[in-house]
Amino acid sequence: MSEEKDEGQKPEAPADPEREAKLKAAAEARAARAAAKEAANAAGGAAPEAAADPEREAKLKAAAEARAARAAAKEAANPAGGAAPEAAEPPPPPEPSPKQPELDAVALLIRSLVHVEALEDAYVNEMSQHMPTIIVKNEHWLRTAELLKQHEELHFTYLRNVSGVDYETHLEAVYHLVHLESRRELAVKVKADRSDPVIASATPVWATANWNEREIYDLLGVTFPGHPDLRRIMMSDDWVGHPLRKDYEPLDSEV
Amino acid sequence: MIRTEELLLNVGPQHPSTHGVFRIVVKLDGEVITEATPVMGYLHRGTEKLAEQLNYTQIIPYTDRMDYVSAMTNNYVLVHAVETMMGLEIPERAEFMRLIVMELQRVASHLVWWGTYLLDIGAMSPFLYAFRDREIIINLFNELCGARLTYNYMRVGGVKWDAPPGWLDKVREFIPYMYGKLREYDKLVSGNEIFLARIKGIGRYDAATAIDYGLSGANLRCTGIDWDLRKTEPYSLYNRFEFDVPLGRNGDCYDRYVIRLEEIKQSLRILEQALEQMPAGGETMGKVPRVIRPPAGEAYVRIESPRGEIGCHIVSKGKAEPYRLKFRRPSFVNLQILPKLLVGETMTNLITILGGVDIVVGEVDC
Repeated sequence: MSEEKDEGQKPEAPADPEREAKLKAAAEARAARAAAKEAANAAGGAAPEAAADPEREAKLKAAAEARAARAAAKEAANPAGGAAPEAAEPPPPPEPSPKQPELDAVALLIRSLVHVEALEDAYVNEMSQHMPTIIVKNEHWLRTAELLKQHEELHFTYLRNVSGVDYETHLEAVYHLVHLESRRELAVKVKADRSDPVIASATPVWATANWNEREIYDLLGVTFPGHPDLRRIMMSDDWVGHPLRKDYEPLDSEV
Repeated sequence: MIRTEELLLNVGPQHPSTHGVFRIVVKLDGEVITEATPVMGYLHRGTEKLAEQLNYTQIIPYTDRMDYVSAMTNNYVLVHAVETMMGLEIPERAEFMRLIVMELQRVASHLVWWGTYLLDIGAMSPFLYAFRDREIIINLFNELCGARLTYNYMRVGGVKWDAPPGWLDKVREFIPYMYGKLREYDKLVSGNEIFLARIKGIGRYDAATAIDYGLSGANLRCTGIDWDLRKTEPYSLYNRFEFDVPLGRNGDCYDRYVIRLEEIKQSLRILEQALEQMPAGGETMGKVPRVIRPPAGEAYVRIESPRGEIGCHIVSKGKAEPYRLKFRRPSFVNLQILPKLLVGETMTNLITILGGVDIVVGEVDC
């Protein structure tokens, strides 16, 4: 709670011209904090600074008087933080993820056995514990699904989860697959047009998909041709609209 | 041959053995089920939609209310997902506290299951014993975070409070007590002939079916598949402890029963080791930015809840609120096999099989 309050007070402080001395002290404290933050980032590896930076810039523009103090503070922070970006840069060299060969093998099989252009993209999602991820073109999805499960080198028999996401430009279903013996993983994304979202059902391939796809149909409005029993699952049968869509407007916004 | 007429029977949503508001519409031929259609959504609160307007700390209490019998593991999957995305380091003391409460929670959750399952089948007193012993854990949690069911205990970067003085000793005392009670449970119920007749060979499925339906937890392990995320994809500190993953062979209700009781024992083993290895003091919160903003991207993180694999899929756009938050709820996925299992069974077995799946409706509907 108190953290949020602190956030709120920040922009007010620079607007007060009479407290320059206090401002300077505050700026110095902020610089120290920024340095600590950068040091923490170097240790943690992640970079929330990207999110913090535009905010800081916006404040700089707004508070002209504080600019000088802030710039000085920044300079003070840089020698300390200057080492951090350099220290953070070396990690990229071991860039090829340990999962890259796994992903390449899967992508190669799909491209050679389903269609040369069956994949829109294939990458390792490092943020998700190095999850090999492929984006399959909508029209090639069903054949790819069958291949993923049945091909002896792939054999992704276990579908652990299906998520639906509304990206506003398109809808997407994400299938998280596992090969139980080797514990290999794969995330498969299938995109669908937002105005008429259709994705071939994976239920004939993995029985798990059944209710998961019903849930996506119910909450996001994606239809799954080939699904044995595509009905709403969470909302009542006469519900209008698909609540998880970003442009969904609830009847009563208070609820 | 007696001519029978098809009977449509509605079980639930207000039926005691559905443990919440869950409904099954069954078609009966005499006493035999010919078709079963689960109907759910009575407890759907739109957690995933609500989460899109909340920051990550505000979402934690909502996870408590999904699987309200196992709130600690739900807390953990969310904070763990955010921490994974942000690459945060968690102080050792905090991680130990999390692990201890999660394992206590597993014991408490399995006790609820054990008690209510036997109650469903017709044994009244085991329920009282189970809730008596679970009460000790609930009181421990109450002392730790001021709530009996909805703890809101974990935070991104650590835990909200360190253990109060003497709390860990109480946990230490609880372990031998619980071992003794488990022996008592076994003597009281596990060998009972009537009970065995009710659950042995009931609700059977093989490993291939279990995998096809994406079952997890005891529902998967009862078919002999060695798949416990604490072992197969170790998270938290689980790779530091020795424990076994009990497996079944027949894939029936009896195997699931044995596995869950054995899992209590294994959790106690983990607790013993955790209390021994735990650092005496230290921070309970790591270095966390003031506003938690996971970098743009997505992650799917999963852990082993008492009911199976609970997963959290976060899509972030670098804001303080998730762009999309999806929970993979084990009860929801495990329940899918129910219509298949019920066909050809009698009405009495419906209760046995449904109870054996171990669902929490708050999690089915989310």
